[in-house]
Amino acid sequence: MARAIVKVPARARRGEIIELRAIVAHVMETGFRRTETGALVPRDIIRQMVCRYNGVEVFRADFHPAVAANPLIVFTTLATESGRIEFRWTGDNGFAAAESAQITVE
Amino acid sequence: MILRALVLLLVLCAAARAEPPPAGRRSGYEFMGPGTRAMQDDDASNPAMLWVLDGEALWRARAGASGKACADCHGDAATSMKGVAARYPAYDSARKALIDLDQRVNLCRTAQQNAPAFEPESRELLALSAFIGRQSRGMPIDIAVPGEAQPLLEAGRAAFGRRQGQLNLACTQCHDRLAGEKLAGNPIPQAHPTGYPIYRLEWQGLGSLQRRLRNCMIGVRAEPYAYGAPEFVELEYYLMWRARGMKVETPAVRP
Repeated sequence: MARAIVKVPARARRGEIIELRAIVAHVMETGFRRTETGALVPRDIIRQMVCRYNGVEVFRADFHPAVAANPLIVFTTLATESGRIEFRWTGDNGFAAAESAQITVE
Repeated sequence: MILRALVLLLVLCAAARAEPPPAGRRSGYEFMGPGTRAMQDDDASNPAMLWVLDGEALWRARAGASGKACADCHGDAATSMKGVAARYPAYDSARKALIDLDQRVNLCRTAQQNAPAFEPESRELLALSAFIGRQSRGMPIDIAVPGEAQPLLEAGRAAFGRRQGQLNLACTQCHDRLAGEKLAGNPIPQAHPTGYPIYRLEWQGLGSLQRRLRNCMIGVRAEPYAYGAPEFVELEYYLMWRARGMKVETPAVRP
């Protein structure tokens, strides 16, 4: 499984806006490039990232060929309860990656 | 006699002008925009950390016919590898040659682990050197120049000052005399290799100092040396010596 790094605050107050960061290792091959001999390099990109907070989806992003390699996504959500925040990426050629982090809400 | 003194003075002035004075040296980091700096400063947004994590896994993975992992001999990298990257390339008196960190890793792999050497610029080799380099982050570059290595340092210095390629340009013309000016809208840095291997946004990936040097050589329409060529290692050696005392930033992010 591909490597991913996520940053979730370990502690937050209930109702606080928290910033989440997630980066995943992926080449994001556009499908438009050619090799030295002119052959098309097949597309190989991440298609989607989903973030779930205790099983509830809080963020979803569709990726396209113009997204950079090793994409970093930064977004915010409301700290509602203690639990686990899980990130999942899926893409071409059966690509799948997942990473999660624990948060304590007081 | 007076003439000779005058010539010596001129030569000294030229030498003093060629290299940036220690206080005036600036890492490529200082030439970057705030966004790229923030990317390097935060491990959760520095993409090179993906390679560092791979390197950490490789450090503990058994490899080759010996069935040994790096960790079996060297233990915890946080202590055993601290400061190591700041000392490379180094002169190996047994081999009577300079070796850089990537070559050192591959020597361990072939001689100690009985495993095939990693290909230059392979993900594994970059991951291990990024992981080893990370252990020296914040430490001053400390290049030793024993007597036998002095001619190799001079060879590196000569390569830096030699005009080459169809554009007939020497490294020193841009990176000493024109550092801080712009090339096609981008700032020209002073060429201090403080953060290699680097995550270069243009590459969309991690790359070694030799890959960066190849970029410049192709840029002046010169034929680049092969990966691992002694000429490259001499140039790396001179550049690291020139950046002595500056802090290791590995793994750095560069535009």
